[in-house]
This record gives sequence, structure tokens and C-alpha cells, in this order.
Amino acid sequence: MTAVEKHAWEMICQRSDLVDGSGVCALLGNKQVALFYLPGEEPPLYALGNRDPIGKANVLSRGIIGDINGELVVASPLYKQHFSLRTGVCLEQEEVSVEVYDVRLEGDSVLIGRR
Amino acid sequence: MSKRRIVVVGNGMVGHHFVESLVKAGGENAITVLGEEPRPAYDRVHLSDVFAGRAPADLALATRETYRNWDVEASFGDPVVKIERASKRVVTETGRVFEYDKLVLATGSYPFVPPVSGADNERCLTYRTIDDLGEIKAKASGSRVGVVVGGGLLGLECGNALRNLGLETHVVEFAPGLMGVQLDDGGSAMLRRKIEALGVQVHTGKNTKKISAGKVSALQMEFADGSHLDTDMIVFSAGIRPRDNLARDAELAVGERGGIVIDYKCKTTDTDIYAIGECALFGGRIYGLVAPGYRMAEAVAAQLGGKDAQFVGADMSTKLKLLGVDVGSIGDAHGRTEGSMSFVFSDGRQDCYKRIVTSADGKQLLGAVLVGDCDDYDTLLQYHLNDIELPADPQSLIVPHLGDRPLLGVGALPATATICSCHNVTKGDVVSALDAGCCSLGDVKGATSASTGCGGCAAMLKNLVEDELAARGVTVDKSICEHFHYTRQELYHLARIGEIKSFDALLAEHGSGRGCDICKPTIASIMASLWNEHVLDRGIVGLQDTNDAFMANMQKDGTYSVVPRVAGGEITAEKLITLGEVAKKYNLYTKITGGQRVDLFGARLNELPEIWEELVQAGFETGHAYGKALRTVKSCVGSTWCRYGVQDSVSMAIRIENRYKGLRAPHKLKSAVSGCTRECAEAQSKDFGVIATENGWNLYLCGNGGMRPRHADLFATDLDDETLIRYIDRFLMFYIRTADRLQRTSVWMDSLEGGIDYLREVVINDSLGICAELEAQMAHVIGRYECEWRVTLADPEKLKRFRHFVNSDEPDSGVVFVNEREQIRPARAEERLRLVPVDKKAG
Ligand code: SRM
Ligand SMILES: Cc1cc2nc3c(=O)[nH]c(=O)nc-3n(C[C@H](O)[C@H](O)[C@H](O)COP(=O)(O)OP(=O)(O)OC[C@H]3O[C@@H](n4cnc5c(N)ncnc54)[C@H](O)[C@@H]3O)c2cc1C
Ligand code: SF4
Ligand code: FES
Repeated sequence: MTAVEKHAWEMICQRSDLVDGSGVCALLGNKQVALFYLPGEEPPLYALGNRDPIGKANVLSRGIIGDINGELVVASPLYKQHFSLRTGVCLEQEEVSVEVYDVRLEGDSVLIGRR
Repeated sequence: MSKRRIVVVGNGMVGHHFVESLVKAGGENAITVLGEEPRPAYDRVHLSDVFAGRAPADLALATRETYRNWDVEASFGDPVVKIERASKRVVTETGRVFEYDKLVLATGSYPFVPPVSGADNERCLTYRTIDDLGEIKAKASGSRVGVVVGGGLLGLECGNALRNLGLETHVVEFAPGLMGVQLDDGGSAMLRRKIEALGVQVHTGKNTKKISAGKVSALQMEFADGSHLDTDMIVFSAGIRPRDNLARDAELAVGERGGIVIDYKCKTTDTDIYAIGECALFGGRIYGLVAPGYRMAEAVAAQLGGKDAQFVGADMSTKLKLLGVDVGSIGDAHGRTEGSMSFVFSDGRQDCYKRIVTSADGKQLLGAVLVGDCDDYDTLLQYHLNDIELPADPQSLIVPHLGDRPLLGVGALPATATICSCHNVTKGDVVSALDAGCCSLGDVKGATSASTGCGGCAAMLKNLVEDELAARGVTVDKSICEHFHYTRQELYHLARIGEIKSFDALLAEHGSGRGCDICKPTIASIMASLWNEHVLDRGIVGLQDTNDAFMANMQKDGTYSVVPRVAGGEITAEKLITLGEVAKKYNLYTKITGGQRVDLFGARLNELPEIWEELVQAGFETGHAYGKALRTVKSCVGSTWCRYGVQDSVSMAIRIENRYKGLRAPHKLKSAVSGCTRECAEAQSKDFGVIATENGWNLYLCGNGGMRPRHADLFATDLDDETLIRYIDRFLMFYIRTADRLQRTSVWMDSLEGGIDYLREVVINDSLGICAELEAQMAHVIGRYECEWRVTLADPEKLKRFRHFVNSDEPDSGVVFVNEREQIRPARAEERLRLVPVDKKAG
């Protein structure tokens, strides 16, 4: 039996605020969300908590995007640990992870859902 | 034929491992598992990871499903309360009865709480189970201060947990030192210093007398020496005691200080009852680690399968990271063996402490203590476990840089050497796995389970696998990363010869996947040295490290530093005033750098463009402190003022700095020009250094300071200005073309066959016939120089990313400063707690 997923989608910013192949940070209530826009990927948009739990600063949106064994990741700009864009889990320290948000494009609006 | 009934009491780590081993061995058994905790076995060793964000469910070693699939009857939350040996039955709390043919006790241990008045307060906790963890989290959320009683391994781990929960943390220890079981006095003292430096307060030699309600905090602890400590919560971690009461009541033999007595077959005094793990006492000793428990479990499973297996004791060596400090203890760490000798090394800055204990003849390693630096742990452990004869001069094993260090290569280990003690994997096992077809580290891990427990053996396993693969003629991969099977040098040539101008094109033609934080910046740097396009151009921005992407250096709190170029270190009063005014306006921390310029720290992302706007207006340019690029050209004042100067070193330094500013390279580049042989600019410690002579300039190449300081070599003498510049042009371009990623000039030169002589051949005698090309390429790059900040300020698209939030003007609330010596600095974690109002909804 699967439960029907319900999302409260919220508009967080415009497509033009995003940077191709890289990240930006947006504020959602009092939470900082890192948005990564990767045109050409499916899906093209990913959202993680912006706080680097290891470096302890709000910087993940400023990391480099890449893939490791096919897994899309962002590398923290502070100490270079990799966080999966899909699961938020840190590849080097699997016990550490960051929040993952549902996110999608609707026309020119970027919508975010709280899980 | 009816199955043999095997009942296991306790479903902790060892109990579960036993069931798993038994099931895997096959055989006609009806297995029943009776656990007291409400959930199936989980990884207790990594319990603390939950404080760092791991979900408790991720610790599970088994699920109810696992047991169903194995056809094992499992019950949770209903402890066994009685063993009836005569009728071979056990009874649980709810009155259920199970009959056994063989009974296995794996009841573990419980945390010892010293009999102190008030220790039953609801704010006094222990730390052993997932449920305990919930309690600690809940109590911590309303607390400011937390105390851990017990400075052993578990106590310190718990201390770290409290610190992670944001509490002001104290560790109270009865003994005179921390981790007395594993460490000697010197090691323990070093550990203490390091832990205190992290802000955890350590109180040793404290005997807690009483715990009562406090006035300032929830609790007050009173010590035997009359002192006291205020706290909001206490976690007891003062040792463990075996859970032997079932055995005791059933009149099985137990030790004087607890523990169910077992023999080498793990049998108790009743031959149908076994005890394994932390509840068992073997040879007068409780093994408080998981690996020995696993060995016991395997021994019993094998016996039940009809094999003759024994438990022969286990090595208690440990390697851990406690509060971020590396600690290792091997064998007889205290040097208690009759006639043993000790060698101690502790470094000048008191950053690390190492001690080895050898046999009287100096030939065998009996034990070791390492604090602060565990690099030698694997090697020492192998000497110890395999009785390998020590070198004639044993201290050479722990003293750094004492000439040729006798490295114990993995090749030297016997096949019986244990590589992974968690999973009991020997070198022989790894070799067999490779023989059976494994061809990578991942394969070997999968086949042997090595390195999938505590992870302490990872480095050694990697070495071994690489060594063995190399011995089999498998070429060891030198690719920069998984996306490009080339070295930096090869990529440079591919891009240059194929005239490839973007990362995407290079990836499409010569790579695979999407790239990563290793190949992207490397290729961005190659593109810059080849074609010199702006770092924030479309298609390039996503390749840059944050420092390059924002043209500033990221600091620990996510703010940035601003370093304008001050060529040659020469600056006018007017410009100095501007720096001061900008720093004052944006409240930046100001410091003179080691490179003769001024660094302004603490700029928020959104402030960077405003700050640079003002600096560029005043005539400053970016200093490239963020790039793998030319940094500074230091100068001394030279012949203009100095009575000894023989050439104008300042003018030359400025000329050189302006010529190569912005040049991207495999690593950063530094230079200096001194006006005479007194060498006040320290030119001989630079990638290229220039020293004035009566007749011109001497050029020194390939020196550096930093981690491995190296003096530059004299390359050419008495050069005139133009020859000097020509040689530097050629030298730099040749380095950029051929060096590896993050390889400084000194290391690069050492990697060239023929070293400095070869360089002279190439640069002075043009032995490769490429000098004209090198000069032309340098001219091209220099010709395209623009101040990256000036260009950025004029381009709204590039400025887009300089805001912390794309949808709000609020500043990053994670950035908090305090004042020190009349300037700002980032607040430390414990200061933040006091400064930031706690979100009442959280927790
Ligand atoms: C600011 C400064 C320290 C200071 O307060 O004086 C500094 C600060 C940093 N140094 Fe340095 N180094 C500074 C002079 C030096 C010097 C001395 C010098 O240049 O005369 C050295 C030794 C000389 C040398 O490099 O040969 C030095 C050797 C290093 C190293 C080690 C390099 C090596 O090859 O071993 C690193 C690490 C690296 O580059 O990988 C490093 C890295 C860093 C980084 C980039 C670390 C980082 O990633 O955050 C620091 C950036 C600070 C910032 O935000 O601006 N810094 N660093 C100095 C800036 C000079 C400047 O004006 O640009
Ligand atoms: C925070 C922490 C960190 C640690 N770190 C390390 C480390 O880094 N390295 C290392 O080697 N070891 C470490 N240990 C020790 C390691 O966890 C133990 O050695 C290991 O768990 C022992 O396994 P066990 O099965 O004997 O006991 P346990 O795992 O304690 O399991 C015993 C189980 O039996 C149950 N039980 C008890 N009585 C009954 C009964 N009457 N009826 C039914 N069930 C009962 C208990 O509830 C418990 O679930 C650590 C321990 C802790 C708490
Ligand atoms: S020596 Fe270390 S701490 Fe000091 S500035 Fe250089 S990199 Fe930073
Ligand atoms: S020694 Fe723990 S995983 Fe190998």
C-alpha cells in the first residue's frame, strides 16, 4: 500500500535567478535552500539544505557540481566532501546528510515542496 | 529427525553476528532469538553518528524480515528472566517459555553508574542504546551545560556528542588522566591538551560525592576535594559491567568482578550453555570491543557446525578519532612487560606524542601509544601482530625525517598478517580474492568485507590492493579522476593541439560522465593558461572553485577575504588610506599578509561587488589570492634607498608582478626580487627569485616555503633585464605545459629527468626548439590580461551570483562576528550559542 504524496508547492524564485550548471541559494521561511540547475539532466533542478554540516557554514550552493560513479553531487567549497543531489547523503561520511527538497519548474517559476 | 533447538539470549551486535554465522554455515537448527531491546540488532559502535545527522534506522544490522527470511524465530522487547538448567528452558518476563538443546548468552553489558547520592536524578543519564540516545537529545535541547562522568573511550565519544548538540561540555574523570586503559601518562596528557583546545573542559582526579539541585543550573556536582561544578545534565560513562545476572542466578561460574566464565570453546560451566561478547569473561578478562566478540560468535557457530574452533583471545589494539583527535593504542601501551624498553617522541609544537615499547633485546614491538598523529599505526600494528623483527634503531619508526625511514611496505607482511581486524581478513585472504578475479579495491571489499567495519584499515587495504595489482602487471591508473583517463599534462596537450576551448567540448571528445570538482577547475585553469578567457564567462563559471567563482577566498564561516594587488609591496599613502576607509566602512578585519600586502576579511558575498567597486575606483586591481596563479612578487627596498643595494629591486619586482599577474598555472606562483646578496626579500624561497648583482641579476628557480620548504636553485647569473624576463617567460610556460595538477615548481622540477640541468637545456639552449612558441604563448596570455574584478563589475549577468539569497535581501544568519582586539572575527561555536537566540520550536 502506498500513501498518496501531498505537497504544498511554493514559488521560491524565477528561472532567471538560477545559474546554468551551478548553484544559488534561496530563503524558504527561515531555511536556506541551495538550488542547482543542470539543464540537460533529468530532472534538471535539485534542492538541498544550504548548510554544510561538516564545515558548519551556509555554503553548499557555492560548490562545484559533478558526478561520482554516476551519482550527481555537489562538492562543498569548504572541505570538498561530496553530497548527493538526490539523497543529500555525504559520500565520504555516509552518516552525515543534508535535507533534500522537492523542486520543479513551472513555466518560469521555480516551485519548491516541503517533504 | 527433529531439529536441534538453539536459543540465543540477547540481540546485540555479537548475538546477531552469531545467528548470521550459524545461518550461513547451514545445518539443521531451529534458532530462536530473544532480545530485550524493542528493535533488532543495530550497530552500537556507530551510535554517535546519530548526533552527526545519521538516522537511527540506518544503524540496523538486521530487520524482522531478515530473521523471517532466515527462518529464525525472533522476539523483541521481552527479556529473558530465568534459565532453568535442569529442564533446559528459559523463561521471559511475560512468562513465555522456550526449550533449548544449546543456549547462547549474548547479553552484553550495561553502563556502570557509581553509587553517588543524587545520581538517580532524571537529568542523569547513561549512553548505550538507541533509546538512551533519544533521552540525551531530549534533555540536551533545554540545556546549556553538559557533563560526562568518565574520561575513557566512551566518555570522550559521549563528550563529542554533547559538543555536537551545542552544549558547553565538561568531562569529569576520577583517575589522574584520560583514557587510562589505553594510554600512558604522556599520551593522556597530550590528548587532554588537544581536547581542551577544542573547548571541552577536562577535570581529572575528581571524585564525585554528591549531585543536588543547583542554583544557577539544574544540577550541581560536588567533588571530594570540595570543588563543585554547575550543569544542566550529566551522562555517566564510567565503565561497563557485564550482564551476568541470568548466569549468576542459574549458578554458572562468574568472575569476582563479574562476567560469565568461559573456556576457549566459549562454554560456560554448563556444557550446553555458551556465553559470547561483552558478558563473557575469558582468561580473567572482559573484551569491551566488538571484534573479539565476533571471534567468539564465529567460534561457537563453527563448533555447532561440527568443527573444532576455538577462541584464543584477541588483540585489543585500537585506533580512533576522538573529538577529531587521532588516538592509537597497541598492545602493552604502558610498558608493563618485565624488562621492556620505551622510546618516546613528542614534537616541538606539542602536536603529537608517540611511544613504542619493545622487548628487552629491542627486537619485538610489544606496544605503542600514538596521540595526534596515527599515520604510523598500521605499520606498528603489523610489527606487533606478526612479530616482525624491528630495525636496529627502533625509534626511527616514530621520529619523522630521521634519514631513511624503514617503511614496512605491505609487501613485507606475511600472508597471515591481519589487515582488517573487524572482519578478520588477512593479507592471504586479500591475495586469494585477487587471484579469484577481483580487480579493484571495491571488488576486494565486496568479496572479503575488509574495511567495511570501523574503516580503520582502509589505508592499508588500499596499499595492499594497489601493490598486488601492480605486481600482477595491472597498470595503476594515473587519471586525474573518473571522468578523464589522462594526466593534467596529457589534457593540456589534447586541448592545445585540438584547439579545444571549453570544458564541455573536451569532455565530449576525451572524457565521460559530467565532470567533478577535480577535473572542472583543472580544465578551467588549462583553458585560462591557453586562451585566457574571463573566469566568470558562461560555461566557465560552473567549473571554478568557489574562490575563483567569486574572486575572493572563502573563510571558515562562508564569508570572503579581499586581497587587492599591491605590486612589489609598494603602496602610496593615498591607497593605504583607501584600504583603511573601505575596511572601516564594511567593518572588515584587516591584516598585513606574509606576501607584503593587506588582506581584508569578513566580507559577505553580497558586499564583494560594492567593496571592489570602491577599490577599482581607487585604482586597485584584483590580487588573485584566490587563484592558482601568480600571487605576489616581494621586494626589498633596493638601491633606491638602501645603502647596500646594487640594483633597483622594487622597479624590477613591480615589472615582474605586472607582467605575470593573472597568469593561471597548475599551482600558485610566487616570486621575489632582492637588491643585493643580503637577500631581504627571501627570493631563494620562491618559485622564481631574482637577486641583484653588480652586473645584473641572478635567477633562482623552483623554491618554495609552505609544507615542504625547499631552497631555489641558482639557474643563471648576471643576466640583463631583457634576458631575465625572457628566461622567466620560457620557464613559466614550460611549467604550465608540463606540470601535474597542484604540483609546485619544485616538485615538478624533481620529476624532470635531469632536473635543473635539463631545464637549462630547454630554457637557455632551446634544446626542444620550443622557446619561440613558449614566448609567443606568454605574450598572447599577457596581452589578454584584464582585471577580473573590473570586468565583472561592468557585467550585470556576472554580478547575479553575488547575493546570498536570490529571493531575499536578508543576510546569512549563519555569519556571526564578535570583537577581538578592536576588530571582528568569526564567533566560535560556543559563542554563537550564547549570541543566537535559540529557536524554541526546534528539538
Ligand atoms: C593571507 C596569508 C597569510 C597571512 O595572513 O599572511 C595566506 C593565507 C592563505 N594561504 Fe598561504 N597565505 C599567505 C602567505 C603564504 C606564504 C608566505 C609568502 O608567500 O611569502 C606561504 C609560504 C611560501 C610559499 O608558498 O612557498 C604560504 C603557503 C601556503 C600554502 C602551502 C603551499 C605549499 O606549496 O606547501 C597553502 C596551501 C596551498 O596553496 O595549497 C596556502 C594557502 C593559503 C590559503 C589560500 C588557505 C585557504 O585555502 O584558505 C589562505 C587564504 C587566506 C585568504 O583568504 O586570503 N598558503 N602562504 C598570506 C597571503 C599572502 C598574499 O598576500 O597573497
Ligand atoms: C557509544 C559506544 C561506542 C562504541 N565504540 C566502539 C568502537 O569504536 N569499537 C569497538 O570495538 N567497540 C565499541 N563499542 C563497544 C561495542 O558496542 C560492544 O563491544 C558490542 O556492542 C558488544 O556486543 P554484545 O552483543 O556483546 O553486547 P550488546 O551490543 O550490548 O548487546 C547485548 C544485548 O542483549 C540484550 N540483553 C541483555 N540482557 C538480556 C536478557 N536478559 N534478555 C534478552 N536480551 C538481553 C541487551 O538489551 C542488548 O541488546 C562501543 C559501545 C558504545 C556504547
Ligand atoms: S599558515 Fe595556515 S592558517 Fe596561516 S594563513 Fe596560511 S594556510 Fe591559513
Ligand atoms: S579494521 Fe575495522 S573495518 Fe577493517
